[in-house]
Amino acid sequence: MSDEAATPLTSFGAPLDGPLPITPSQTVGPFLHIALEWPDGPDVVPAATPGAVRIGGLLLDGAGEPVADGLVETWQADPDGRFDHPDDPRGRTTSTVPGFRGFGRSTTSAEGHWHVVTVKPGALPAADGGTEAPHLDVTVMARGMLDRVVTRIYFEDDTELLAQDPVLSAVPEDRRATLVARRRESSSDLPAGPDVDYRLDLRLQGDDETVFFDL
Amino acid sequence: MSEGTTDVGQLPPAVPSAGGFRLPRYAKAQGVHPPLDSPDYRSTALRHPKQPLVLLPQNLTEVTGPLLGEGRVRPEDADLTRQHAGEPIGQRIIVSGRVLDAGGKVVPDTLLEIWQANAAGRYRHLRDQWPAPLDPNFDGVGRVLTDSAGRYSFTTVQPGAYPWGNHHNAWRPAHIHLSLFGRAFTQRLVTQLYFPGDPLQPYDPIMQSIRDERARQRLVARFDLETTQPQWALSYHFDVVLRGPDATPFEEAHDE
Repeated sequence: MSDEAATPLTSFGAPLDGPLPITPSQTVGPFLHIALEWPDGPDVVPAATPGAVRIGGLLLDGAGEPVADGLVETWQADPDGRFDHPDDPRGRTTSTVPGFRGFGRSTTSAEGHWHVVTVKPGALPAADGGTEAPHLDVTVMARGMLDRVVTRIYFEDDTELLAQDPVLSAVPEDRRATLVARRRESSSDLPAGPDVDYRLDLRLQGDDETVFFDL
Repeated sequence: MSEGTTDVGQLPPAVPSAGGFRLPRYAKAQGVHPPLDSPDYRSTALRHPKQPLVLLPQNLTEVTGPLLGEGRVRPEDADLTRQHAGEPIGQRIIVSGRVLDAGGKVVPDTLLEIWQANAAGRYRHLRDQWPAPLDPNFDGVGRVLTDSAGRYSFTTVQPGAYPWGNHHNAWRPAHIHLSLFGRAFTQRLVTQLYFPGDPLQPYDPIMQSIRDERARQRLVARFDLETTQPQWALSYHFDVVLRGPDATPFEEAHDE
């Protein structure tokens, strides 16, 4: 007993003074909405922000059926390519866009719809000296998924930057389109909001399966 | 006998960019998380990718993440027994612990989101219609922030088991859902806390989808008589370990 007092242990019995084993993931289950649905979840920026765009689509399973118990979360730089975060080595920066949160969260609707309202991020310097095209990092979770999957959303209008993006370049060419949101002006099947929509369906499995990343 | 050396994986070296900065690198959790394709949990069948994953190098978007909390958590969010006029039925419990990373560093000021069934095993959700009573005094939803030492604590009632349609006579063991952000996109984690001595655990394909027995046992909270509050509530400890950055801080990038 005296040893335990000398070296504090975690709840699972590992000494606290060294490296620790990671906690395993489990599914969000079918009832995630009661805790993870926020009234302001999709609002990466306040809805009235000039230049705001809506990004959304369907979350589909391997049979092409909508996933009604899913969660889509996004994380992104601001339009200047900066993060309000201490681990950005260029310095932590409060965004020039008032109320910019960087984070978006959308539980899926009964029809499998998800969306966030945001501003397009800036391009980012990459570790190899290249440039990453504007993108959102995306987490997808759902009932029936024991761990999250990770993907990215790029924008079709960034033609030149897309061609140079080091992450996209590592994706087989015939699968790259699954990561690129399509711009459209009309939004008849989505709630009123910004004039510009980007549409990207996320397919967990099957034909045109979304590219998911090993992070 | 420490588990740490086997599960934390190899830490890749920090890679300086042409821009002269150096980023934290979050080691992968080899063999810890359950496979997305876990046939015993039937709903995984159409919800796991079949194409190979593509390597995503950790750059700025991956090593940063949302720092949520301020203004998002009210004091009553950490006590699920005090969100209504009356008290919920059930065994009152206090769940406390720390959020750490794989390097053993505490994760301060990070948001935990909590959801669970009531004492009868029923969720307050339209899609949960099995014949167990709802409790008018229990929503089963909470939030809490870790303090500067990575500690959190919330009060709730012991959740009940409930049946589900995965196979004949399938019952989920009692559990509490926990959602965590850490400080980087790489660290995002949703998991479930289980209780010691629950006889349903060996039959649960969700818990058993974690192949490594020791990893599975890390999801079992530890009963703690010492911090149990006399005449008030039982106490359980549950520490959560997120992926950790390597030991090379980016501030040292200028040394080279």
